[in-house]
Amino acid sequence: MKILVPVKRVLDYNVKARVKPDQSGVDLSNVKMSMNPFDEISVEEAVRLKEDGKAEEIVVVSIGPEKAQETIRTALAMGADRGILIKTDETVEPLGVAKLLAKVVEEESPDMVVLGKQAIDDDANATGQMLGALLGWPQGTFASKVEIADGAANVTREVDGGLQTIKINLPAIVTTDLRLNEPRYASLPNIMKAKRKPIDMKVPDDYGVDIAPRLQVVKVTEPPKREAGEIVESVEELVSKLKNEAGVL
Amino acid sequence: MAVLVVAEHDNEELNEATLKAVTAAQAIGGDIDILCAGNDCGSVAEAAAKIEGVRKVRCAKDPALEHFLAEAMEAVIVPLMDEYDAMVAPATTVGKNFAPRVAAKLDVMQLSDVTAVEDADTFVRPIYAGNAMMTVKSGDAKKVVTVRPTTFQAANAQGGAAEVEELSVDLGDLKSQFVGEELSDSDRPELAAAKIVISGGRGMGNGENFHMLDSIADRLGAAVGASRAAVDAGFVPNEYQVGQTGKVVAPDLYIAVGISGAIQHLAGMKDSKTIVAINKDEEAPIFQVADYGLVADLFDALPKFEEEIDKLGYKAG
Ligand SMILES: Cc1cc2nc3c(=O)[nH]c(=O)nc-3n(C[C@H](O)[C@H](O)[C@H](O)COP(=O)(O)OP(=O)(O)OC[C@H]3O[C@@H](n4cnc5c(N)ncnc54)[C@H](O)[C@@H]3O)c2cc1C
Ligand SMILES: Nc1ncnc2c1ncn2[C@@H]1O[C@H](COP(=O)(O)O)[C@@H](O)[C@H]1O
Repeated sequence: MKILVPVKRVLDYNVKARVKPDQSGVDLSNVKMSMNPFDEISVEEAVRLKEDGKAEEIVVVSIGPEKAQETIRTALAMGADRGILIKTDETVEPLGVAKLLAKVVEEESPDMVVLGKQAIDDDANATGQMLGALLGWPQGTFASKVEIADGAANVTREVDGGLQTIKINLPAIVTTDLRLNEPRYASLPNIMKAKRKPIDMKVPDDYGVDIAPRLQVVKVTEPPKREAGEIVESVEELVSKLKNEAGVL
Repeated sequence: MAVLVVAEHDNEELNEATLKAVTAAQAIGGDIDILCAGNDCGSVAEAAAKIEGVRKVRCAKDPALEHFLAEAMEAVIVPLMDEYDAMVAPATTVGKNFAPRVAAKLDVMQLSDVTAVEDADTFVRPIYAGNAMMTVKSGDAKKVVTVRPTTFQAANAQGGAAEVEELSVDLGDLKSQFVGEELSDSDRPELAAAKIVISGGRGMGNGENFHMLDSIADRLGAAVGASRAAVDAGFVPNEYQVGQTGKVVAPDLYIAVGISGAIQHLAGMKDSKTIVAINKDEEAPIFQVADYGLVADLFDALPKFEEEIDKLGYKAG
């Protein structure tokens, strides 16, 4: 089995996003960038499937700036085999990403594409499902467990009411949720080894798809700020204020 | 203009999130139809027909729709979209699952988790865990929108008398199939709809200790939530998680117990009307958003809290 894992370079999850004063977007200059946390989970899952003898090859792909190579290298150090960077400095929306990924799937013919359920910058939660529709593939989104057997995957999904398990025929899309696994840290020898693993350099034009944004950003603003309230001294005072001041009890 | 709202339901009852989606659809403008796709979901269609301002309810029934699998939902919705300018669904795990497939099939960019509709083309949505709000204008001919239920008022569930139309369903060959589910069967209100939510974090120490929250919740008619750390540690099931990648809640009262207040958690509760934090660390970031903060050990504070609300007449459930 061959697995394709799309990985996105995003603002590190520990860094609070700052809105630019001109309201054109979020300031990404001089801030720490990392692999989208859900994509680390996807890479980990693919590597485990390989370690279990269920997968033979893991290809990672990122669409983004030159620096997204670092994100690919991180995935290679975790155990992926090779990478593809589709280089662009423009913002590519999930629809555009899905279209590029559909072309990569055409070329690579993977049996499974494992994406994160959500990129923590655009919070779109859309790319995997879109790719599924474009390819006509089934999907198991928000996965907290994936079992491969007999040309199908049993995927346990985190849904609003609890957990749901579905069976999807391969080839298929899986999107990962937080509880699927705990990603490993790459060891130093593996980081060194990853430097020699190949990364194919591409540009969107190589794939001949239209990735022009469909959404025009009018403005990006700060959310209404919540003021810190007061520190109460006791539980009695708390309950009394909730009843008499806030009127919520 | 016409908008198709996809109902959220469990084949028996219409979920309140649908009423919120109708309000968002009204802001987009035009005639509003509701799609009830499911299995044996006639009662849902009847309820949908009573929503004020709805033109028509379209009902698609098939055993393969019982669990709202994305592929099946796509097969029902995409052909209908010839008749509509927009599709609106609540941003629940069901809506998030199928809506992007519809969008891709229509070759449009989805508007995810919208918190405000400015006009038929212009939408506001949170990005970066709600640390920024983005206003976007869509150039696509059709709109596919998922809406965050907590930020829209519910449409009036009564007063309408829409006709119900049965659709003939042809799902073709599906490559996914339902295997099983483990759903929580709690008598407490749903997290997303509760007026009071009490959530526990890693500070709760173990799952057993959540009983302290349960018994307060039962007195107050509240829902119980949790931070990711509490879910990851196995204290409570996944559906308790509140946050950027869990559920978004905006109750009248949110009580955070033993939760530090990471941005990812705040993303799911900072629109609550009144926030209470109980934490033994006075530096915990949760205090920066709390209306009332109590610096205390939760193991002392929770029993006292229960006594105090008992005095107010909130009796054990
Ligand atoms: C991609 C991604 C997505 C995420 N999504 C979410 C999400 O949706 N929701 C979410 O919640 N988190 C999410 N997180 C995790 C988030 O970053 C934090 O790790 C998490 O919220 C911390 O949970 P906590 O506050 O319970 O634990 P901690 O940060 O460990 O805080 C525990 C708190 O309990 C207090 N405490 C301990 N003992 C006591 C006591 N006896 N009495 C009183 N107070 C006590 C401590 O002072 C501390 O403040 C996400 C992270 C990532 C990377
Ligand atoms: N630019 C990108 N490059 C590679 N993968 C991406 C990119 N954008 C999104 N993805 C993948 O799609 C998932 C969901 O992203 P989104 O739909 O933007 O929330 C991510 O977790 C990635 O796996």
